[in-house]
Amino acid sequence: MSNILEFKDFGFKYDAQSSPTLFDINFSIKKGEKVLIAGPSGCGKSTLVHCMNGLVPFSYRGKMTGSLSLFDKETRDLSLFEISKHVGTVLQDSDAQFVGLTVAEDIAFALENDCIKEPRLHERVSEVAKLVNIQDFLDHAPSQLSGGQKQRVSLGGVLVDDVDLLIFDEPLANLDPKTGKQAIELIDELSKKTGVGVIIVEHRLEDVLHRHVDRVVIMDKGRIVTDTTPDELVSSDVLNEKGVREPLYIAAMKYAGIKVTPDLLPGSIDTVKIGDEESRLLKNWYEHAPKETIENNQDYLLDVRNLSFSYDGKRKALDNISIKVKSGEMLAIVGTNGAGKSTFSKVLCGFEKKDEGDIFYEGKDFSLLSIKERADEIGYVMQNPNQMISKVMIFDEVALGLRTRGVCEDEIKERVEETLKICGLWPFRNWPVAALSYGQKKRVTIASIMVLKPKVIILDEPTAGQDYRHYTEIMEFLSSLNKLGITVIMITHDMHLMLEYANRSVAFSKGRIIKDDECAKVLTDKETIDEASLKETSLYELCKKAGIEDATDFVRRFIAYEREVVRK
Amino acid sequence: MTNLFNYIDRKSKVHDLTGATKFVCLLLWSFAAMYTYDTRFLLALTALSLILFPLSKIRVKDVSFMLGFTAVFMILNNVLVYLFSPQHGTEIYGTCTYLFGLTGKYAPTKEQLFYHFNYFLKYLASIPVVILFVSTTNPSEFAASLNKIGVKYSIAYSVALALRYIPDVQKEYDEISKAQQARGIEMSKKATLINRIKSAAAILIPLILTSMDRVEIVSNAMELRGFGKNKKRTWYMGRPFKASDILAMAFCVLLVVIAALLNIINKSRFYNPFV
Repeated sequence: MSNILEFKDFGFKYDAQSSPTLFDINFSIKKGEKVLIAGPSGCGKSTLVHCMNGLVPFSYRGKMTGSLSLFDKETRDLSLFEISKHVGTVLQDSDAQFVGLTVAEDIAFALENDCIKEPRLHERVSEVAKLVNIQDFLDHAPSQLSGGQKQRVSLGGVLVDDVDLLIFDEPLANLDPKTGKQAIELIDELSKKTGVGVIIVEHRLEDVLHRHVDRVVIMDKGRIVTDTTPDELVSSDVLNEKGVREPLYIAAMKYAGIKVTPDLLPGSIDTVKIGDEESRLLKNWYEHAPKETIENNQDYLLDVRNLSFSYDGKRKALDNISIKVKSGEMLAIVGTNGAGKSTFSKVLCGFEKKDEGDIFYEGKDFSLLSIKERADEIGYVMQNPNQMISKVMIFDEVALGLRTRGVCEDEIKERVEETLKICGLWPFRNWPVAALSYGQKKRVTIASIMVLKPKVIILDEPTAGQDYRHYTEIMEFLSSLNKLGITVIMITHDMHLMLEYANRSVAFSKGRIIKDDECAKVLTDKETIDEASLKETSLYELCKKAGIEDATDFVRRFIAYEREVVRK
Repeated sequence: MTNLFNYIDRKSKVHDLTGATKFVCLLLWSFAAMYTYDTRFLLALTALSLILFPLSKIRVKDVSFMLGFTAVFMILNNVLVYLFSPQHGTEIYGTCTYLFGLTGKYAPTKEQLFYHFNYFLKYLASIPVVILFVSTTNPSEFAASLNKIGVKYSIAYSVALALRYIPDVQKEYDEISKAQQARGIEMSKKATLINRIKSAAAILIPLILTSMDRVEIVSNAMELRGFGKNKKRTWYMGRPFKASDILAMAFCVLLVVIAALLNIINKSRFYNPFV
C-alpha cells in the first residue's frame, strides 16, 4: 500500500527562531497504520504535527528543507485546506476545539465551510454522530458534556471529512484514567472500522499501548531517535535515556532482574509472557523488597465533618464529606471530572460558602475566616500558572501577597528571597516571568503562595500536560516542600503521581468520598477503580500473571522500592 | 451565572420566524417607537408588544430579571430628565398648567407629566420587543440569518463564537478572581477606587493572557476545519424565509410609515392635547 504521508530528509526552521526545530526526519505512514509519537517537551513533536496537518508552513511561517509529501504531492505546493481534506487533527484542548454552540453544529462545522447543503448536511452529521457515539447529545452545549464526550465531538468534527489520516495531539491530557482508556479503545475501533492511518502524540506511553500500535517513534532534540515496534522499544533502554516513562510492569520486571526481550511480547501488559522463570524472579524480588515504614503522626491539622455544598440549591456538589488531614501528609484527591474534587478545595479555601457541616483547622472553626485569612493557612495553586501571574518581574509576583497584606518592604525582601531560595528560583530573581518555562512558572506560582507561609498547600493538577522530566522536577520540588513539614494536597488524574508521591488517596465520586486509604489499596480495589473512573495499575495484572496473590502488598513494595532505591 | 443571550427554546409563531426577520423587525419597531411621541400610537405599540408575549409563549417570570433591570433604568432616566429640565414639557407643548397650586421651577405641570408619560410609553413600547428578540432567537440561527441578509459570514460567525466562549471566560474570571483574592487582592467596596483598579489588573492580566492562548488554539482549530476556505458557507441551523417572515417585516415597515405619517399630521414629533 502506498504512503499517505512521507518525510524525506526533512528539516524545518521557524522564521522566528535562529536554529532549526526539526532535523533529518525520515518517516512515513500508510493507510491503516497506527503510530505513536513520544518524546520529552521541546523534542519537536508539536512541530512535526504542525507539519503534517499543514499549520506549518501555512499558519506558522518557516523554512522547510528536504521533502514532505501527501499522496506523492509536496505539501508546500498544496493549501492548508487541501491538506485538511486528508489529514484531520484532534487537538489536545478539546474545549477550545469546540467552536459550535451545540454538538451538532460543531460536527457540521467543516461541512458548512464546504458549502454542503440540506438535506445532506443533517444526514452526514447524524451518521458521524453515530460513529463516535454522541448521537443522543446533538443539541447539548459544551458545558453540558464531560471531557470524554467533548473529545468524541472533536473526533466527529474531524471525521465528517472522510480523512485518510487522523492525528491525536495528546488525547489523554485532559481525561481521567478510565475515560482515557475508553478513548484509546475508541481510536482503535475507528481505525479498524474506517481504515484510516492514525498518529497519536502522547507521552503516556503505557496508556496508549493498552491497544495495539504498529510502531512507536521516539523523538529528542528535533530528531527521530528510534522508530520501532512496542516490543522492541520497551526491551531497549531508549525510554529511560530519553526521559519517557517506562510502563510500570516493565520497570517491575527490570527491578526483578528479568531480561526483557522482544520475544516476551512485552509491548503491552495483555501480551507479555510471564513464564516460570519470570514468575520466580518476580516472587523472589517481591519477598525481598523493602517494606515501607509508615510514620504515624496522630496530629490532625484539618478536620472536615459532614460537609455539604450545592451550586444551584438542587444537586449536591459535595454530599456529607468527612475527611481528616494530618500535619505533614502528602495527600492525593482523585476521581472523575465533576466528582467534587475542585469544589471541595474551593469550599475549603472559602471561594464558595458551605451549606452544612464543619471545617476545623488546628481545632478552630475555619468557616469563620475570610478568603484572605484562610489563605494564610491553606494556599491554593491553580492548574495553569498563567491564571495566576499578573506581574512582570518574578520578585514582584512572589511579593504580591505580602504587599497586599501591608508587610514592610524590608521584611518582604527578606521573605521573598528566602522563598526564592527554597523554590530554586534564586538564580532567576531579577528575571521577567515571561522568560521562564512552563515548569518554572509553576514554581513561581507555588513560591508566591509559599511566601505567605501556609501550613497546607492545595494544588490543582500540578503536573497536567508535563513530560516526565518536568513532572519529576515539579513533584520532587513538592516532596522537598513536604519534607520541610508542609502538608501537600494534590488534586490529580495521574495515577503514577498517586502511586509515587502520595501517602494516601481520597477518591471522590458524585460529591461523596468513596474511599480514603493508602494508594496501593485504592489502586487495586476493583470497585473504587470503577466508581472513581480510575484505571487498574498494570502491576496488578502482572501479579496475576506471575501468580502473586497479594497484589496490594506487591504494589506497596514496588512504591517503597522506587522511593528508596531508584529515586535517591 | 446569568447568560447574556437568554434564549428560551419553545415552539411558537415568533420562534418560527428567522433570526434575521426578528432582527429587522426589532430595528424597525424601535425606530418607529423612537421616531414619534404620538401618545395614541405609543399606546397601540405597547398593547401590541404585550400581546406578543403570549404569542411567543414567553412568560413574564422567564424574563423578570431583564424586566426589573430595565424598569430601574427607566425610573432613573425619568427622574434625571425631571431634575435637569423640569420645564421641558411646557416648552414642547407651549402651555403651562401648574398643578396642586404650586409654582416655581420644580413645580409639577400637566405638560411635564404628560411628557413623562410619553417618555414612559416609549420604554414600554420598545423594551418588551428587545427582550422578546433576545429570548426567542437562537444565537446560531441568528448568525446564519445575518449572513443570509448580506453580513459577511466571518462577522456573523463571530457573534456565535463570542456567545460560545463567553461562559468559559466568565468561569475563568471567577476562578482567577477567587485565587487572587486569596493572595490578598481586595475586590470589595472596602478598598479605595485606585486600589480597586489596581486589583482589577491583577485579575484581568492573567485573564487576558490565558484568553490570548485560547485565541490561537481556536483559530487554528477553525482553519484546520476549513473556515475561510470559500466565499460562502452553509449553516446547519439556517432556515429558509417563509411567508410569515415577509409578513412580519411588512407589518413593521407599516409601523414606521404610520409613525412618519403621524409626525406629518401632528406637524411635530409630539401629539399635543393642550391646544
